[in-house]
Amino acid sequence: MMEIMEGSHAVARAVTMCRPQVIAAYPITPQTHIVEALAEIVANCELDADYITVESEFSALSACLGASAAGSRVYSATTSQGLALMFEVCFNVAGMRQPVVMSIVNRALGAPLSIWNDHQDSISLRDSGWMQFYAEDNQEATDLHYIAYKVAEDHRVLLPSFVCFDGFILSHTYEPVDMLNQEQADSYLPPFKPYHRLDADDPISFGLFASPDYYQEFRYENDQALRSAQDVVASCGREFGEMFGRDYSGLVEAYRLDDADTAIVAMGSLCGTVKDAIDELRDAGKKVGLLKIRSFRPFPAEEIKSALSGVSRVAVLDKNISLGSKGAACLEIRDALYGSQIPVLGYVLALGGRDVRKKDIAAIVDNAEKGRGDIVYGLREELLK
Amino acid sequence: MTAAELIAVAAFAGGVFSQAFPAFGVERRGAPVQAFVRFDNKKIRLRSQIYEPDYIIVQDSSLIGDVNVFHGVKPGGIVIVNTEKAINYPIPEGVNVISIDATSIALKELGLPITNTALMGAFVAATGEIEFSALEDALKQRFHGDLATKNVAAARAAYDFVKGAA
Repeated sequence: MMEIMEGSHAVARAVTMCRPQVIAAYPITPQTHIVEALAEIVANCELDADYITVESEFSALSACLGASAAGSRVYSATTSQGLALMFEVCFNVAGMRQPVVMSIVNRALGAPLSIWNDHQDSISLRDSGWMQFYAEDNQEATDLHYIAYKVAEDHRVLLPSFVCFDGFILSHTYEPVDMLNQEQADSYLPPFKPYHRLDADDPISFGLFASPDYYQEFRYENDQALRSAQDVVASCGREFGEMFGRDYSGLVEAYRLDDADTAIVAMGSLCGTVKDAIDELRDAGKKVGLLKIRSFRPFPAEEIKSALSGVSRVAVLDKNISLGSKGAACLEIRDALYGSQIPVLGYVLALGGRDVRKKDIAAIVDNAEKGRGDIVYGLREELLK
Repeated sequence: MTAAELIAVAAFAGGVFSQAFPAFGVERRGAPVQAFVRFDNKKIRLRSQIYEPDYIIVQDSSLIGDVNVFHGVKPGGIVIVNTEKAINYPIPEGVNVISIDATSIALKELGLPITNTALMGAFVAATGEIEFSALEDALKQRFHGDLATKNVAAARAAYDFVKGAA
């Protein structure tokens, strides 16, 4: 049933219906409304979970790691500096193959301090082994939580997952969302069956010391698990579509791309604005399309290569920058298209919450047509003198 | 922000898609903030802020002069200002400004100077975009019992004021 509510509250309700048994989180803007709502839901006995209040994000994810290793379905949420504080634990969760699901309410990283949106926080954990899904709207932000748990806990995957959605732009926005009910959620997401778990009667250890004779094989298997998760993401996304009518079988999604000369590649809430801009550009006779990346990890390189095979140029929008290099998606797309003659032009934009309008998308398409790329778009030159 | 949320909820209750969001980050009472609302017959994908609004609600007239509250409003647009006195500020041509003392209405009906619901009543009356019954539904979703009754009364008083002045 379609209901209108704030993004954070929609996500908190979806998480509730995923029935996490342990929640540990530390409040931080703009994630706060989610964990406040969940604390209330647990306190009202609407969800049978242990809600562990902790003194930091490091402890929040550490508690989740321990609870997951003990065999519980767990949940946390964070953003920006909070995620940065979890850096070490993130690698441990992935290395110990624990299917933790965590909402990342995307926000810029300091310094300078910014509470506004970009993707630097989750992108900076790119190499940690977590899956990363990016939502375009609050409907996707809620649906991706069910899918993330199902994929993460699949015994062919056993990897943690970020569900990323843009701070304020989605988290604080009221818009209609079609919520599942508990019965539907239960029919899609069965109870968690751990592959291994800590058990005093049958003791095992997680995260032990690995000498040079063993370490590399662990990393290799971690990498293989993330790569092969693509098929599981696709099948779990397809199953969701068959049950509820919203198909997530694609790790990417094309919009008016079939006959496009210029393909825009983007992630997250920006895709909505890009779609509206594309409609206007199409009306003006420009053949422009969008390839939305919903799953950044696993990264569907083959799917992307095939989707972009017919275009004349690719303009990649990144709300992040690898300082000294380029935006993360730009690098990946260029790698995926290596060997083709299709130019890939990178545009870093909207850092720290700078607004993106349809006219900005039109200007970027114009730049791409002129072969001008690999820039930070929208700089205020007067501030740089 | 509360007013923007309530307008979005009321518009949705009236059968259209809607979207409301803040343009600030620091949610604290008393700080000047902007919030935006869109509604449309189809799903709303656009996420940028609103630069050319059809309607503007100014909740605190003391901002006029410090901030160009009329920025971007088109001719034919409507600006609703909460004020107890006449607006002593140049109004863009073709823009219809409606002054209403929402603070007094709120004090009378709610006993508190919280003007959101009164201004929504004024908005509904001035623009005709939403039925008063949809606004009433939205208010009853947000508030309960006596508080719902009082807020509906505040909205109704402002609605009647604007309708009477028109």
